[in-house]
Amino acid sequence: MIFKRVILCVFAFSLLFGCRNGAKEEERPQASSGGESRAEAPAVGGTNLAGDALSSSEIAEPINLIPAISSDSASHQIASYIYNGLVKYDKDLNLTGDLAESWEISPDNKSITFHLRKNVKWHDGEPFTAEDVKFTYEFMISDDTPTSYDGDFRKVTDFSVIDDYTVRVSYAEPYAPALNGWGIWIMPAHLLKGVSPSKSPLQRKPVGTGPYMLEEWDTGKSVTLKAFGDYFEGRPNLDKVMIRIIPDQATQFMELLNGSIDIMSLTSMQAARQTSSARYADKYNTYSYLDNSYTYVGYNLRKEPFNDKRVRQALSYASPRQEIIDGILFGRGVPATGPYKPGTYWYNGDVKKYEYDPEKAAALLAEAGWADKDGDGILEKNGKKLRFELITNQGNSTRSQIAEILQRSWKQIGVQVDIRVLEWATFINEYINKGNFSAIVMGWNIIQDPDIFDVWSSTRCGGSGLNFICFQNEEADRLLAAGQGSYDPAVRKAAYDKLQEILAEEQPYTFLYVPDSNTALSKRFKNVVPAPAGITYNFIDWYVPEGMRKYSFADK
Amino acid sequence: MAGYILRRLLAMIPLLIGITVICFFVINLAPGSAADMRVSMNPKYSETAREKFEKMYGLDKPLYEQYFIWLGKFVRLDFGDSFATDGKKVTEKIGERLPITVGLNVLSMFFIFLIGLPLGVASAYWRDSVFDRAATVAVFIGYAVPTFWLALICMYWFGVHLGWLPISGLTSYDYDSLSPAGKFLDLSRHLILPVSISVFGALAGISRFARSSTLEVLGEEYITAARARGIGEGAVLFRHALRNALLPVVTILGLSVPGLIGSSVIFESVFSIPGMGQLFYMSVMMRDYPTIMGILVIGALLTLAGNFIADVAYAFIDPRIRYGSG
Amino acid sequence: MARGRLLRRLNKNIILFGGAAIVVFFVLTALFAPLIASHDPGAIDMASVFLPPSGEHLFGTDELGRDVFSRVVYGSRVSLFVGIVAVGISVAVGVALGLASGYYGGWTDSVIMRFTDVMLCFPSFFLILAVIAFLNPSIINVMAVIGLTGWMGVARLVRAETMSVKNREYIIAARLAGLSHARILFKHILPNVLSPVFVTAALGMAGAILTESSLSFLGLGVQPPTPSWGNILTAGKDNIMFAWWLSFFPGVAILLTALGYNMLGEGLRDAADPRKK
Repeated sequence: MIFKRVILCVFAFSLLFGCRNGAKEEERPQASSGGESRAEAPAVGGTNLAGDALSSSEIAEPINLIPAISSDSASHQIASYIYNGLVKYDKDLNLTGDLAESWEISPDNKSITFHLRKNVKWHDGEPFTAEDVKFTYEFMISDDTPTSYDGDFRKVTDFSVIDDYTVRVSYAEPYAPALNGWGIWIMPAHLLKGVSPSKSPLQRKPVGTGPYMLEEWDTGKSVTLKAFGDYFEGRPNLDKVMIRIIPDQATQFMELLNGSIDIMSLTSMQAARQTSSARYADKYNTYSYLDNSYTYVGYNLRKEPFNDKRVRQALSYASPRQEIIDGILFGRGVPATGPYKPGTYWYNGDVKKYEYDPEKAAALLAEAGWADKDGDGILEKNGKKLRFELITNQGNSTRSQIAEILQRSWKQIGVQVDIRVLEWATFINEYINKGNFSAIVMGWNIIQDPDIFDVWSSTRCGGSGLNFICFQNEEADRLLAAGQGSYDPAVRKAAYDKLQEILAEEQPYTFLYVPDSNTALSKRFKNVVPAPAGITYNFIDWYVPEGMRKYSFADK
Repeated sequence: MAGYILRRLLAMIPLLIGITVICFFVINLAPGSAADMRVSMNPKYSETAREKFEKMYGLDKPLYEQYFIWLGKFVRLDFGDSFATDGKKVTEKIGERLPITVGLNVLSMFFIFLIGLPLGVASAYWRDSVFDRAATVAVFIGYAVPTFWLALICMYWFGVHLGWLPISGLTSYDYDSLSPAGKFLDLSRHLILPVSISVFGALAGISRFARSSTLEVLGEEYITAARARGIGEGAVLFRHALRNALLPVVTILGLSVPGLIGSSVIFESVFSIPGMGQLFYMSVMMRDYPTIMGILVIGALLTLAGNFIADVAYAFIDPRIRYGSG
Repeated sequence: MARGRLLRRLNKNIILFGGAAIVVFFVLTALFAPLIASHDPGAIDMASVFLPPSGEHLFGTDELGRDVFSRVVYGSRVSLFVGIVAVGISVAVGVALGLASGYYGGWTDSVIMRFTDVMLCFPSFFLILAVIAFLNPSIINVMAVIGLTGWMGVARLVRAETMSVKNREYIIAARLAGLSHARILFKHILPNVLSPVFVTAALGMAGAILTESSLSFLGLGVQPPTPSWGNILTAGKDNIMFAWWLSFFPGVAILLTALGYNMLGEGLRDAADPRKK
């Protein structure tokens, strides 16, 4: 589910503002921490940690704060402060309880029983119960809910409320991604039941269970959140979160330098080149860690010459990944070898690698029957030149730069590439969905659950399916099904390891890189502890020592 | 006067119809439907959902029928529901943002007249002098400089480097807690950069126009006669020349509205001002057709209103118009 | 003596000549771009990215190590081309409609002029933005849409001129002599109404180049890798704080060109003004 959500975030983000920084909005861990780390928060001898605020920015106005019916990154980013799911990922990226204290999976792997927390309140003071979970499930699959995230929930065959704090969901087949899917933000039944969601006032005045509640939404300008005193993990330290809407990236960075915003996701270039000035370095820390996304070149496998594996392999060998990383990302990233993030549990580093090797590439093309007979520097086969269009969406300068580098280096092995940069809507509707393309430069987000069925299954080829390159491989299909069918990490890992080997051999994509995510954060925030999940996982425990506080509020 | 105003209003009706026709068809003849947009990259969006969407917004009817339905609503000032999933009506969305854009533009216009008029008159009076040339080149530079670039340079220089002015937005975070005077000061500080840049960019039109109409007046016989009678230069310039030169300048007011509104897209994006230009850009990128049409019509109506005010003002200053052939 | 007069004339028309000089400079740059450019504007050199201006790279290098000077020089071709085609379209449409309107009068005139009035009501940048976003921002669409939203001034001008010319004696004589409408329009009327069109065209060039840069800022202008001043400037703007040269030079090029055309147009108008003599 999160996968789809993230795709749509990327979609909406680039749609509105074209991913100018090239780094897609990652799925941030929800703004809360596990119960145990709360206890470890430094007890600064009785001083009051509460106070000050975090000033942040979004590149676009959030659309709707009932997150199920919005698909833009700003809405989801803000919703992450306001709502909780049943489960979440902890700082080490392990699935842990959020609104659910614990859960059990039935012996036949077909149902999950969640035991809910008992001390949770909605922002309006009502208690959170199993009814809310049931309602959220019904809400997701209701025809009145214009949501895009209903896929996982339609697989549920039975939903039963066992008591006020226990629910059980059942599936026809074991379906491992389901657990991750219950990270879906839970909606308040008492406020939404019987109301058409598109008419609900909650779209503008959300009520959740999360650490922050909406204080004010000033259209087009800002969204202000204030700490929720009855939050079940304790009141967050920072009194407020102020999110300004700043549509231009250059403006955002100036506001950062000026001290008007405290946190910002930097582009590789900003992180590499613009953080050395005293103006920045005195006030900000830069936190860099691998982003949850990868960038790739995808080939339309329905078309000549990409239906020939050797051609794809040759193009991969002729793609200078390291040069791209060094040049465009200023070294802030690592080569990708498949659809998982290096260093994570699911990643299989032991697959066929495609180090930059133009000679090997040329040899593969020759083996596939391509030769330059007329001496114009471009290879031919059966009278057809090896020439195609490489397209990407506009507004993302990183992707068009990659296209330009590839154009140059593929030219050296006799492949001529024409670059076309298309506006997002046209790119998707006229080219991708209609299968009307040769090769594209794109990116996917990497989610914590390893299920990648929608992108690689042969059943997702055609229409607006995400397997738009039409990768069809029986063994891969079998492995994808196996990965979904078991809750046992070892079994899943075996399946996905093998799948990565297949993808590496077949090269339906040339996997380019996984970039770093670079976050600038004002130094006045303390207890910021980088972990595999990034830095925001313990957001509610951040604090600003007295004396360093910047904002103060009369109406605490 | 009332009769004149009525005649002017009636003359606007065919224009209004023309505006709605163009808005509607330009938008609807564009390839790629809004329904396509909704299903993009979304495997779970079924075909029935698509039909539902089309029905909901009446997209299944023939185009001319859609036009009349839309027109019928428009007459009642109802632009329908936005396609964005924020559950708002188009009128509501525009209503939230229109005052900001109009307010900013009226403010800019005020300064454009305040600076542009005397500049133009002075240029004409000292025609071909160094001052005239310098003024000419200066106002053209204002027109010729890409606004977003100048804006970013100024934001960096005054906002970051010198730290004198806020960089973007209209108000500070603590605006609500400020005293009325503090609010005024805060708002003014935020407005300095966007308004100055907007004024700088639009001075050329007004000042050139004022210059040429002053030149025209200065060449008239009665001015020569006044001079011959020994009336002081100041009186010639202010009592005779300026007053007569002012008249045609009023008409440019209406003409400059579309340009100012058009440039609000850039301004509002750079300076993070939540106005209509920003909304228009977002709506275009989301293919939110009802909002796009609403804003186009409103934009055109503002121009009509500008022209109308200019006409009436003109008639007010110069009674000959009222009783003339018009 | 002669030199004195020349200087006086030059001085009197300094705006005109100044504008003309700038315009000629950039036209020559565009024409001889391959000779002027010091590097291949598309040549990527990842070993020398973000170099500040130097003897080797006059305007520095960009994020792919490309020579900014050469890109600006080649960009002049694209930008001027966009301007010329867009203005060409505006002038063609405007002249045709204006001639028809002024010459035939009556219903033709009413319909065309009402249509012109309606088009003048739209904030043209909104219209351009919407249409280009829907059609996809190719260079052809950018030129066509800018052209098709900029003809109204020309149409009005040509109509007014046509109306004043069409009742002159030689036109009436030509009509009595049985010349076809087309012949009268193109042979006798058109040449007489063209001079104010040049003024508008010059101003239109400036407008078209600026509009392209605004569109680029919103990501809807000429698309990279084709270098236009607008997209070079836009690519550079995010680095305005540490690599000023990326946006400075294309920005100045746009500024100077638009200024040049404006001065040229203004100078032409002034020179044509009989009161000036």
